Amino acid sequence: MAIEGVDLMKAAAFIGAGLAMGFGAIGPGVGEGYAAGKACEAIGRNPEEAGLLTRTMLVGQAVSESTGIYSLVIALLLLFVV
Amino acid sequence: MDFDVQTWVKMASYIGAGFCIGLGAIGAALGEGYTAGLANQGISENPSRSGDIIKNMLVGQAVAESAGIFALVVAILLIFIKFPMVTTLKAAALLGAGLSMGAGAIGSGIGSGYPGGGACLGISRQPLLSGRMTTNMLIGSAVCQTPAIFSLVIAMMLLFLDFGKGAVSPTWAALLGGGICMGFGAVGSGIGSGYPGGEACLGMAKQPAVSGRLTTNMLIGSAVCQTPAIFSMVVALMLLFLNFSNAPASPTWAALLGAGIATGVAAIGSGMGGGMAAGASCEGIARNPETFGQVTTTMLVGQAVAQTPSILGLLVSFILIFKAFPETVTLAAPMALLGAGICTGFGGIGPGIGNGMTAEGAVTWVARNVESTGVLMRTMLVGQAVSQSTAIYAMVISLVLIFVV
Repeated sequence: MAIEGVDLMKAAAFIGAGLAMGFGAIGPGVGEGYAAGKACEAIGRNPEEAGLLTRTMLVGQAVSESTGIYSLVIALLLLFVV
Repeated sequence: MDFDVQTWVKMASYIGAGFCIGLGAIGAALGEGYTAGLANQGISENPSRSGDIIKNMLVGQAVAESAGIFALVVAILLIFIKFPMVTTLKAAALLGAGLSMGAGAIGSGIGSGYPGGGACLGISRQPLLSGRMTTNMLIGSAVCQTPAIFSLVIAMMLLFLDFGKGAVSPTWAALLGGGICMGFGAVGSGIGSGYPGGEACLGMAKQPAVSGRLTTNMLIGSAVCQTPAIFSMVVALMLLFLNFSNAPASPTWAALLGAGIATGVAAIGSGMGGGMAAGASCEGIARNPETFGQVTTTMLVGQAVAQTPSILGLLVSFILIFKAFPETVTLAAPMALLGAGICTGFGGIGPGIGNGMTAEGAVTWVARNVESTGVLMRTMLVGQAVSQSTAIYAMVISLVLIFVV
């Protein structure tokens, strides 16, 4: 079985895409979950501020999502561009 | 360098034995250390009950040890057993057996430390209930052993079943993948099902009148935690018993290995997440027993959502097992399938744990502020949905790797 250079590069890009998105998904998942857990705690203490707290939670989660999106972008680059 | 089959089988069983007891020693030691730590805390709070507490600690630690002993037994079997017929397939099966039992003992060892520790601390606070707490501890730790027993079953099958003299590839990947799937799939469920056990024992010390309810709630919560381990068991059994010998060796080997990784590794997060929700509900019921209904409902909703990453893992595994892939000589095609398995598997860990943290917060505060159950449940679901997003990205990348490139 002769493996050419192009094939080897594609194989590495595919494995790399899997690793990038797989490991990259760990952090945002935990971080966003923590933020939401704390938001529930805060709403439990002070239900009148539920709207403000939910908004803050979503903004915080959006920031925490960023590294997950970086991983997604890199994975897509590895799959379709390089 | 040419080696005969006997050499390969021996190599695989020695490396498998190393993995088996090496990984298997992690969990029991951590769990027992946790139990001993809380026993010390309990004795310092109430030195007059030190006898009861030490007795309870030793019983709890003995249960936590069992997963480590399973791993020791499998490692000894791997080293000393003489196999009547050796084939190269057996080498893959033995390595898989070591990984299945070794990784599978981590979770149960850690998890069964929590009920032990909770009971030790509980006895110091409420000495009259020591019998009830020891019983609850034993029930809780016994449930924690379930994933380790699943792993033992799969390891024994890999050790003693005859996988025939058929073609080595791709069946070797199915056997190794089955071992990896069950081993890693047991980690989360083992750890997670320990949380409710510990909180239930501590809760009994706080509210002896609701001991019965706490045990019931603990059992419901830890039973749901077993789901990811059961998914892993299903995928492992499929990988062991379906016949792949007619499929083309490449890329099927990568698909089968990927299938094992996807369900096994994704189960870690869901198992732990489900446990966090269950632990918080036991704590909440002890604090405010009238909220039993709302707390249990919120727990179950939170746990159900936390199972999503392991369900995505199961879905990708099924696609990888059942889709017929055309034969290929390239390296890119098998690597794409292996990458798909790794992506969904590891991508599921974080969202599973995150969903559990969200549910923990919501359940804790439903118990303290039951009038806000509606808004808490809503916020929990929104938060969990956002935390789920990266698991969905991972699944999308996996599906692209399988179907598009």
